[in-house]
Amino acid sequence: MTTVNMTVNGKKVSADVAPNTLLVQFIRENLRLTGTHVGCDTSQCGACTVHVDGDSVKSCTMLAVQADGAEVTTIEGLAKNGELHPMQAAFKENHGLQCGFCTPGMIMSAVDLVKRNPNPSEETIRTELEGNICRCTGYHNIVKSVKAAAENMGG
Amino acid sequence: MSVENGIGASVRRKEDQRFITGNGHYLDDINRVGQAYGYFLRSPYAFAKIKNIDLSAAKAAPGVVDIFTGADMVADGIGGLICGWGITSKDGSPHNAPPHNSLAVDAVRHVGDQVAFVIAESLQQAKDAAELIEVDYEVLTPVTNISKALDSGAPQIHDEAPGNLCYDWELGDKAAVDAAFANAAHVSKIDVVNNRLSPNPMEPRAALGEYDAGSGELTLHTTSQNPHVARLIMSAFLGIAPENKLRVIAPDVGGGFGSKIFVYAEETTTIWAARKINRPVKWTADRSEAFLTDAHGRDHVTHAELATDSDGKILAFRVSTQANMGAYLSTFASAVPTYLYGTLLSGQYKIPSIYCEVQAGFTNTTPVDAYRGAGRPEATYVVERMMDTAARDLKMDPTEFRLKNFIQPDAYPYETPVIMTYDSGDYPLAMNMAKDMIDYNGFAARKAQSEANGKIRGIGVAAYIEACGIAPSAAVGSLGAGVGLWESAEVRFNPTGSVTVFTGSHSHGQGHETTFAQIISDKLGVPIESVEVVHGDTSKVPFGMGTYGSRSLAVGGSAIVKAIDKIVEKSKKIAAHLMEASVEDIEHEHGVFSVAGTDKKLTMGEIAFAAYVPHNYPADLEPGMAENAFYDPLNFTFPAGTHIAEVEIDPATGVVDIVDWAAADDFGNIINPMIVEGQVHGGVAQGIGQALLEGVVYDDESGQLLTGSYMDYCMPRADDLPSFRIATTNTPCPSNPLGVKGCGEAGAIAAPAALMNAIVNALGKDIDMPATPEKVWRAINSN
Repeated sequence: MTTVNMTVNGKKVSADVAPNTLLVQFIRENLRLTGTHVGCDTSQCGACTVHVDGDSVKSCTMLAVQADGAEVTTIEGLAKNGELHPMQAAFKENHGLQCGFCTPGMIMSAVDLVKRNPNPSEETIRTELEGNICRCTGYHNIVKSVKAAAENMGG
Repeated sequence: MSVENGIGASVRRKEDQRFITGNGHYLDDINRVGQAYGYFLRSPYAFAKIKNIDLSAAKAAPGVVDIFTGADMVADGIGGLICGWGITSKDGSPHNAPPHNSLAVDAVRHVGDQVAFVIAESLQQAKDAAELIEVDYEVLTPVTNISKALDSGAPQIHDEAPGNLCYDWELGDKAAVDAAFANAAHVSKIDVVNNRLSPNPMEPRAALGEYDAGSGELTLHTTSQNPHVARLIMSAFLGIAPENKLRVIAPDVGGGFGSKIFVYAEETTTIWAARKINRPVKWTADRSEAFLTDAHGRDHVTHAELATDSDGKILAFRVSTQANMGAYLSTFASAVPTYLYGTLLSGQYKIPSIYCEVQAGFTNTTPVDAYRGAGRPEATYVVERMMDTAARDLKMDPTEFRLKNFIQPDAYPYETPVIMTYDSGDYPLAMNMAKDMIDYNGFAARKAQSEANGKIRGIGVAAYIEACGIAPSAAVGSLGAGVGLWESAEVRFNPTGSVTVFTGSHSHGQGHETTFAQIISDKLGVPIESVEVVHGDTSKVPFGMGTYGSRSLAVGGSAIVKAIDKIVEKSKKIAAHLMEASVEDIEHEHGVFSVAGTDKKLTMGEIAFAAYVPHNYPADLEPGMAENAFYDPLNFTFPAGTHIAEVEIDPATGVVDIVDWAAADDFGNIINPMIVEGQVHGGVAQGIGQALLEGVVYDDESGQLLTGSYMDYCMPRADDLPSFRIATTNTPCPSNPLGVKGCGEAGAIAAPAALMNAIVNALGKDIDMPATPEKVWRAINSN
């Protein structure tokens, strides 16, 4: 067992974990933050996307020990003081989700996308979201949501 | 007077708040104290006899609680999985439905077949122990292709199905069709393959079984589209527990697309094992297991012929299909290539006679069952590829050929030669709308421009029809269904005026919590935030047939309307008493009850309160305000429309770029346009996936699944798809009180045919799905 320490959604957490524990397992099983989902075994679907030190990361591709000392944000930490992040609000306003399973990962990826591309074109959004699979929406309203959020975020 | 957030408003979804904040409760998010973890040892072979299973080393492994095999379930008297729809062959014999044990007993018949269930303190321990199980297999030669499986001399997969035949079914008047062909001016022919697909809802299937030794009650949490049906089958046929001792809960479910309708081996084994070990057991599929075991869709091989007269009028249609059922008959598999397929072969057209025959057979592959559209995409694909081929043969514009042969708007009710009675529609209107949207008449100029740029442009049309609102119980019963397909609802006022609605429909992305609340808001004047929609729990909802076949609003919504009608009827009596008027004088609109010709009125909330605090109350009336209703539809509903795709192909790479998409759909009345548009987007995306990207591939010799992960099975990504232009027409459905038709499957039904017609139009030659760049490039570069 190895001790890991990190800050998750602003709270310091510490646990003894097996060295092969994935970050997503640590988040879901140790911290019981179940908003981060697992949709595949090959790091393709992006349902497990979180932010590690401000960058989006597929948390199934990273060991918990690799995040030792890091600042991690999950979907549960995105809203501040009960107020939705503009990306969350845009997904709701633009019907950017249906079953909701891919949504946390999609939103975390999209927040990072807008951080790096404050005024993204439709083509940029589609290319950037290539690593997040949604089976319900056909992406039409996800693209619309991200565009709207970028505008609201001052892009 | 209209109501805020009522019928017709694009109300933002009530369920979204929990999903966008990470507070949904999908199955794997649920855990129980003392929970153990289950893992299935699966067959690595496509076809093999099991000679022996040695569990001794595995049982001694660290953390192992117990390990079960098929023999244990049989010894416990647990029955096999069943198919709930009986098909009768041409010769009058019932279809062959070989035994399907949850855990294999003496043979495995597809890669991934369940061999043993290992339960341990942790998932890792269960997986490690499974590696220690020694199975002595006698490996047999498999067959995965349906045409080869039906050939004489093919490996025999089940003793109970000679020649691997499940059934040889027919529909229509063969003699009339033969006569029409004999006298036809033209006969056009096509051969098409409808590629096998993996549904891939983003949430993998999962199950959590609990046993209460005190009450004897079993609780199965499962990723189901129809928890009551799962309970019924597990009680009546598997004998897991009586219905009154078995509770099935389907919580937030992350997509289904049909694949979560069925009762699967993993769920039945998990709940059975929970009682065996008297502990909660959880099983969650990984994506590899999903590819191996979630029922696949489609997999048809079809030859079709269309007879036309010298004027371009259709005389007759003849279709012959081979349908792959996979290794076992899944829950509703038999109905998909028959009553959900052959019955739709008239499309939107007036065709005097139709004959269809379908041979369904077994192969050493994952079972095939309903996937978004279920039979209707296959029918539409055959019909619409056929129409384009015939138009080409007749040198007619494909839209003109269709318009010439459409059933006309004044022809309803219209009885087709394949036992459907279409109730309403305006097919020319939708087609002309879609043509305007995409500027169909300007296509030639755009094609010339593409050519100047070294690209090949094509345009393709699909005019689809589907039978939804599944289904009138008596009708489906006469066709072999083992269940009635009504729906139930309860509308329960709480004393303080809020409402809880219980529905037998199940939402796994469709937004019922919003749409159904809008109906309540509209009809009873209750603010939408005061309406709670409850679904997915057999201990809360009276009963339910679940969600599939675009039935939730047409059937489940109609049940809610029936319950609302009863609420209104009772409320009128209370209002009459309280306002000292006669019941006949009480008028009701949107939850306000008034005395005709006066300014006296009471709100629904006031009446509900009076019903629970009946101090001043009609003597002959029961207190309380809760009403149940069961609704059995009178007919199927018939959504229809036209989708047009425009593509540009790069001849250097074979890459197909979808440059435009126009859809005009008739869904009847619409409760929430925003949600309906989202359903169309998603359906079209899945249809485009089938046409361009997706396809399950088995190795012909070994029967191994070659497309077993997202590295190998090409799911549509954001950069594979365009934005869509969609519009609706409306001929209200005459057979249900909401006038709705259903919208969930339309896109997946229309899109493959529209897109493939566009590609064929561009290439000038036929090509099968998926039209990958390699296939398209080869088509361009072959003679």
